[in-house]
Amino acid sequence: MADEIMLLDWWSSMFGMRVRIALVEKGLKYESREEDLNNKSPLLLEMNPVHTKIPVLIHNGKPICESPIIVEYIDEVWKDKSPLLPTDPYQRAHARFWADYIDNKIFQLGGKIWTRKGEDQEAAKKELMECLKILEGELGEKPFFGGENFGFVDVSLVTFSCWFYAYESFGNFSIEAECPKLIAWTKRCLQKSSVSSSLPDPLKIHDFVVQLRKKFGIE
Amino acid sequence: MGEEVKLFRSWSSPFALRIVWALEIKGIEYEAVFEDLSNKSPLLLQYNPVHKKVPILVHNGRPIAESFVILEYIDETWKQVPLLPKDPYERAMARFWAKFCEDKVLTSIWSAFIKQGKEQEEALVAAAENLKFLEKEMKGKKFFGGERIGYVDLVLGWLANLVSIFEEIIGLKIVDEEKFPLLYSWMQDFAEAPIIRDNWPPRDKMIVKFQALLDAAIASSSSSSSSSK
Repeated sequence: MADEIMLLDWWSSMFGMRVRIALVEKGLKYESREEDLNNKSPLLLEMNPVHTKIPVLIHNGKPICESPIIVEYIDEVWKDKSPLLPTDPYQRAHARFWADYIDNKIFQLGGKIWTRKGEDQEAAKKELMECLKILEGELGEKPFFGGENFGFVDVSLVTFSCWFYAYESFGNFSIEAECPKLIAWTKRCLQKSSVSSSLPDPLKIHDFVVQLRKKFGIE
Repeated sequence: MGEEVKLFRSWSSPFALRIVWALEIKGIEYEAVFEDLSNKSPLLLQYNPVHKKVPILVHNGRPIAESFVILEYIDETWKQVPLLPKDPYERAMARFWAKFCEDKVLTSIWSAFIKQGKEQEEALVAAAENLKFLEKEMKGKKFFGGERIGYVDLVLGWLANLVSIFEEIIGLKIVDEEKFPLLYSWMQDFAEAPIIRDNWPPRDKMIVKFQALLDAAIASSSSSSSSSK
C-alpha cells in the first residue's frame, strides 16, 4: 500500500526546504501544498494547532511538525535509503548538537541583518560571521558535515545558503570573503539534485526581502 | 575496561538535573562534577567550548553537550528503561512536546517570574495559553510518557519544583490547580516519584538564589528606566 505524504510549505522557508531535501533524498513522492501565511488554511490550523506554522509533514493523515523533528522522522521511517544521521550514538549526538546550534543562531541573526539598521545590524553581522566561522571550523577538510556523505547537519544549514545573497546585500558584507570553505561547501551541496531542486534562486529571495522591507516600513 | 561516565553539573541547574534523573533511572554509574558557574573550570571550557555551559556528559573521555542531545545519547547507548518510545511517530510526538516545553513553556514561565508590570501580565497570559496545550496532552495519562516517566517528563520536570518556588517569591499563581488539574496532579506525582524526589536541590537555597536573581532584575530595570536619555 502506498504511503500518502503531504507537505504544507512556503517557498522561501529554510525550514520547509529542509523537509523537501529529505523527501527527495529518500526518493519519496509527495504532494506539496503552498500555504498563504497571511490566510492560513483550515488544514494547517488543524494539523499544527500549537504553532500554526509550516512546514508540516502529513504522513498517512498524521501530522509531524518542526523541521528537525520532521527530518529525523523521515530518516527513521525510510531508513534504508540515503541515511541522513549516522548509526553510531556519539556521531548522532555530534550531528544533533550542530543542528541545534544552527537552529539557535542563524535564523535570528540573519533576520536582524535585513530588518535592523545601525548598531543592531552591525552587531548581528559580526555575530553571524562568528557563527559561520565556527561552522566552517567544524566542517574542516571534510566534503560534508556528515563526512563523506551529505547528512543531517548539511540539510540543516544548506537551506540558509539561498538567503546569503539577501543578507549580504542588505548587510553590505561578503560571506565568501571570510568563509570561503563554507561557500565552497554550499556549491558542493547544490550539485546534489535534492538540494538544487529544493532551494529557490537567491535573487528571488532577495526580491522577496525587498518586498517585505517595504511592507514592514524598513528603509 | 570499565565504562567511565562523568556528568558536569551545578547544584541548581534544572537542565543538568534532567541528566541526573536519566542516568539514575537507567541505573548507570557516574561521577558528578559540580561546577561553580561563576568560575568555570578549564575542563568545562575544554569539553564545551561552543556554549561553555552545563550539563556536559563525558563518556569514556568523549564529551556531549546540550541536555536534549545528551538525553537521546543516553537512551541510544544504554537501552534499559527506555525514555523515548519505539515507534517513529510516537518519538516525533515526544520530541515535539519536549521542544514545546523548552521553547514556549519554560520561556513564558521564566518571563512571568522575572519581569514586572505589563510584561509580567503578558507573560502570565502566554504561560496559561501554553499550559492549556499541556493539560490537553495529559488526558488519560499519568505521565507524559504514559504509565511511567519518559523523555517529556524529564524535560518538563523542572516545572514540578521551580513553579512553587517562583510562586512563593512573587506571590502569584502560575499553575492554578483549578485551571490545570491534570498538570497539577502530574506535578505532585512527578515530584514524589522515586529517584526524582531524591535529587531536588535544597529548597531554601533555591529560594535565596532565585530571590537574588529577581532582585537584580528589578534593580537593573528600574535603574535603566530612571536614567533618562
